Amino acid sequence: MTDRNFAYVRTEEAPRMPPPSDTHGPVHWLKENILSTMNDFSSPAKTVKSVVMMLLTVLSVLSAYAVISGMLTFLVVNGTFSIPEGVSGADACRENGGACWPFIAAKMRLMIYGAYPGEELWRVDVVYVLLAIGIAWVVWEKAPARGLVGALMLTAYPIVAFILLTGGALEGSWGAKGVWAVIGLALFGVGIAADKGVGGEALNAFSGAFKAIGGLLVGIVLVGAIFSIEFGLEPVRTSLWGGLLVTFVVALTGIVASLPLGIVLALGRRSQLPVVRMLSVIFIEFWRGVPLITVLFMSSVMLPFFLPPDTEFDKLLRALIGVALFSSAYMAEVVRGGLQAIGKGQYEGGMSLGLSYWQQMRLIILPQALVLVIPGIVNSFIALFKDTTLVLIIGLFDLLGAVQNQALKDPEWINPTAGTTGYIVVAFMFWVFCFGMSRYSQAMERKLYRGHKR
Amino acid sequence: MTDVSAAEAPSDRRSKMQVSDEVAIQITNMNKWYGDFHVLRDINLTVYRGERIVICGPSGSGKSTMIRCINRLEEHQKGTIEVEGIELTNDLKNIDRIRSEVGMCFQHFNLFPHLTILENCTLAPIWVRKVPKKEAEDTAMHFLEKVKIPDQAKKYPGQLSGGQQQRVAIARSLCMKPRIMLFDEPTSALDPEMIKEVLDTMIELAEEGMTMLCVTHEMGFAQAVANRVIFMDAGQIVEQNEPKEFFNNPQSERTQLFLSQILGH
Ligand SMILES: Nc1ncnc2c1ncn2[C@@H]1O[C@H](COP(=O)(O)OP(=O)(O)OP(=O)(O)O)[C@@H](O)[C@H]1O
Ligand SMILES: [Mg+2]
Repeated sequence: MTDRNFAYVRTEEAPRMPPPSDTHGPVHWLKENILSTMNDFSSPAKTVKSVVMMLLTVLSVLSAYAVISGMLTFLVVNGTFSIPEGVSGADACRENGGACWPFIAAKMRLMIYGAYPGEELWRVDVVYVLLAIGIAWVVWEKAPARGLVGALMLTAYPIVAFILLTGGALEGSWGAKGVWAVIGLALFGVGIAADKGVGGEALNAFSGAFKAIGGLLVGIVLVGAIFSIEFGLEPVRTSLWGGLLVTFVVALTGIVASLPLGIVLALGRRSQLPVVRMLSVIFIEFWRGVPLITVLFMSSVMLPFFLPPDTEFDKLLRALIGVALFSSAYMAEVVRGGLQAIGKGQYEGGMSLGLSYWQQMRLIILPQALVLVIPGIVNSFIALFKDTTLVLIIGLFDLLGAVQNQALKDPEWINPTAGTTGYIVVAFMFWVFCFGMSRYSQAMERKLYRGHKR
Repeated sequence: MTDVSAAEAPSDRRSKMQVSDEVAIQITNMNKWYGDFHVLRDINLTVYRGERIVICGPSGSGKSTMIRCINRLEEHQKGTIEVEGIELTNDLKNIDRIRSEVGMCFQHFNLFPHLTILENCTLAPIWVRKVPKKEAEDTAMHFLEKVKIPDQAKKYPGQLSGGQQQRVAIARSLCMKPRIMLFDEPTSALDPEMIKEVLDTMIELAEEGMTMLCVTHEMGFAQAVANRVIFMDAGQIVEQNEPKEFFNNPQSERTQLFLSQILGH
């Protein structure tokens, strides 16, 4: 045996121990994140830096304290929560000088339903509840039949919501519907015939377009027919809608319409067919070049000049169309960014297997491109959600409008803090929805990315 | 130049592989331009069913472009290409038909990263051939077993090694039950130890009688499997011959130079 013996056999287990206290816990956190920037006094320059950091830290703590305590004082300490007997609500709030909660309570209905008639509020409630259930169902990963529920939310739900909210029973001639249905079916038939080779190659190339347009027409007629069924619901004009209801209707229509429209426009802009490409570019650049306020204003003030004088074209509907087209132009550019990130090899892989253009897009390109641009898509959704407040300028009262132009104009509630309280509540509600969207998108991004990244 | 007679079958393993007189691909006076650049000049090539053709030549000589014309990843401007008796024109239906009969493997695999290995393999059979999902999955597992990676079926392409990915790409093409396979430098993005596993898969395929066109610089593979080697330079087919002759007795100066460069060191 030499004096250098490397041989070794472990004879007892090393015990498992908790990590030393300076690598975890609140003290460690403080050291890592705050103290580490200000504990170096080894040279004059570093001393100056440490002192400056200390001052900055103290300053930020103080200002955070000032903001939070100020908020709490206004919202809670000086806030008015109930109205003493014999005093008006406005006077009670004026007395306390803080947040005017009774005002919010009194105007809650206005903020959520607008001027929707009282006996019919259950209809709005049903729409809200169905929406909440639908979204929760689709978002909750373990729920059964998520795909089916998602599909229903995009097809049946808007129809149900429309009928419940408006009362359905739209007027409209059955004759015209019949004619359009026949035209749609005929186009669909031509498409199928062209598929089978009737009419030669030229027609064959357009068989898909024929089928799509024909199917779309038939679908529109069907939905129109459902809308004109008499369900015995009291009709409620859209001018009575307001508050959160209008915010949701405008935002959700914009969100649901802008994604598919945006995808089609983005594909169009990259199309090999010059006409399709040019139309897409013109559409996108037109709508991107115009401010949303102008779009809304045009739709409400100018459009009637171009339509026959006695056509009745609902103001809310016009705003919806304007918002949907406007946001789809933005969405198109977001989606195009994603499409550009997908390499040529993916197309060639699809092509070499014999997949058609639309199959390549649907099965290979879009699933990858859309995941890449989830942050951009949700960004657009959030921007759109907040932009709905602009419908105020054409006399539609969304959540903000209901507070600012209706609730605050109520002479009974004139007092110095009602406005501040109202705006805080509105801001908070917007923030909750936007923050929810943002968090959900992050979760989804993580989940979808994990699938194919090492 | 006339085709090498495939009938006088060389010795060893190649003798087992039969070449029929049926024409699989017929390229006649084919020309292609990229803008003003005449990239393929007067290409004439007849491929019989069961042939294993290796295409080689210097970089930029148009090898990729030529085999990509066969399934219309590139469009030719003059001459004709007939695949399985169907002429390649602008008719989309014909193009789709030819593409579903012709499998292709690329240098960079081009697997779909968002789909699992199994889904990569079943996608086209389900959507193009309209095969029921269950049946498509059985077929896919069969071919994944053949390329010796059935245990990776549930993984994503990003989790596999390069050699495994290329074998998946081969299996994915085979799931469409193609009659012709095109390979564009299938091993040149791989580390040496992975090249063998891919070449073995290709050799097995050749032994089963698949019609193959393969752009590669793996001369060992050419000697073992090919019944014909084509040398391209500057957009033309300069020489073609049976492998033994091609390597031992190259006729054209350009071929000699090329061979001395790749075999010389
Ligand atoms: N899309 C394109 N546009 C213009 N020129 C191209 C294009 N693709 C290829 N070329 C040119 O065509 C010629 C042939 O290219 P090709 O890719 O077929 O060569 P190759 O023989 O496959 O070369 P390598 O061995 O490097 O892959 C090259 O000179 C190349 O620069
Ligand atoms: Mg190449």
